Amino acid sequence: MSGIRETLADGLWHNNAGMVQLLGLCPLLAISNTAVNALGLAIATLAVLTLSNVIVSLSRPLLQREIRIPAYVLIIAALVTASELAFNAFLPTLHARLGIFLPLIVTNCAIVARAEAFASRNPPMSALVDGLAYGLGFGWVLLLIGAVRELIGTGTVFARLDLLIPGAPAGGITLADNGLLLALLPPGAFFALAALLAVRNIIHARAAKLDRGA
Amino acid sequence: MSDKGVSVMGGTLRLTLIAGIAAAIVGLAWEVTRDPIAANQHERRMAEFSAVLGGIRFDTLDYDTPKRFDPPHSLPGDEVAEIYHAMLGARLAAAVFVLSADGYNGPIKLMIGMTPERKVIAVRVLSHNETPGLADDIERERSEWITSFDQRSVNGTNDPDWALQQNGGVFEGFTGASITPRAIVLAVRDTLIWAERFPDRWQAPGS
Repeated sequence: MSGIRETLADGLWHNNAGMVQLLGLCPLLAISNTAVNALGLAIATLAVLTLSNVIVSLSRPLLQREIRIPAYVLIIAALVTASELAFNAFLPTLHARLGIFLPLIVTNCAIVARAEAFASRNPPMSALVDGLAYGLGFGWVLLLIGAVRELIGTGTVFARLDLLIPGAPAGGITLADNGLLLALLPPGAFFALAALLAVRNIIHARAAKLDRGA
Repeated sequence: MSDKGVSVMGGTLRLTLIAGIAAAIVGLAWEVTRDPIAANQHERRMAEFSAVLGGIRFDTLDYDTPKRFDPPHSLPGDEVAEIYHAMLGARLAAAVFVLSADGYNGPIKLMIGMTPERKVIAVRVLSHNETPGLADDIERERSEWITSFDQRSVNGTNDPDWALQQNGGVFEGFTGASITPRAIVLAVRDTLIWAERFPDRWQAPGS
């Protein structure tokens, strides 16, 4: 399959859900105040997106135009419920910290977008790769914003990693003793996203210039 | 996806099948997670209770059947308040009050352990929405502050000790956030005062 590399490049960069399509901004901005919260939500989103892609793809014989939206909603809602139960059972403290944002994955339009644009028209293996690519693409943006906000906000990064990986050090990596509170508050999320988009635009502009020069 | 010649019945049937798949996913997840979730919840509540009960000896705790006070009630806060009873035989060993303080950003849910003589055993914050970084030192995981209530009792309705240090009391304030610690100090104080005024409303289990 020559498409794998292309799918990965699209999901991770060219058509990134968080950075280019700007889908799923509600969880992206709300829960990215620490690296561990961001990583937890990124893993849950990745799992739901990948599984929903595979199940939507497998259900293609059952899908028809008129019922496809309710069908996606049913499948995604079931998977979100299942992942919320799993978090509650196996990572209860992280579940308590993510709170409402775990069930709200159901409203992440990036997931419906992949179901409609890709999974409903492609075989399960391609849908799996597509789900992983877009899930990881959303995840790294979420994790980067979370890590940057936590670092600027508290001077530490990856504090309370033990919530996600039992037995991991709880203290995190401390680079400074305190930070700029603003980064942890909601406006900090917008500043961090804006900075990330600016960096992306610079890279794009540079690449375009190289293309013309060649 | 065929788009022509499929009746409404066909669509309904297909959607029903998909609903069946969705129900199977949720059912399976529920089956796998039911026991761990129940165990976690029990463990979490027990940990909270044992934190506010300190080393008090007791043999029964009515954690499924607390005394419930629906708002408006005369206890602090506008949320439902609950009183639990740790009993040693027929004698009250300690009472646990779950109620809320009026924080800067909404209710701060508190759990207060108290001896029958109205002395605080310990206080813990169960949940809150206070400003992160400024006011979250009320959480036991972040600071020792909440332990400054341990072993305290109230002397009269206007005990000057029950205020922040900046107001002549004994409790430390937080830089940039005095509303949050003050709210908790006053809620705990008012709970102790309430307990003194209405001994018959909390000293015996409800049912």
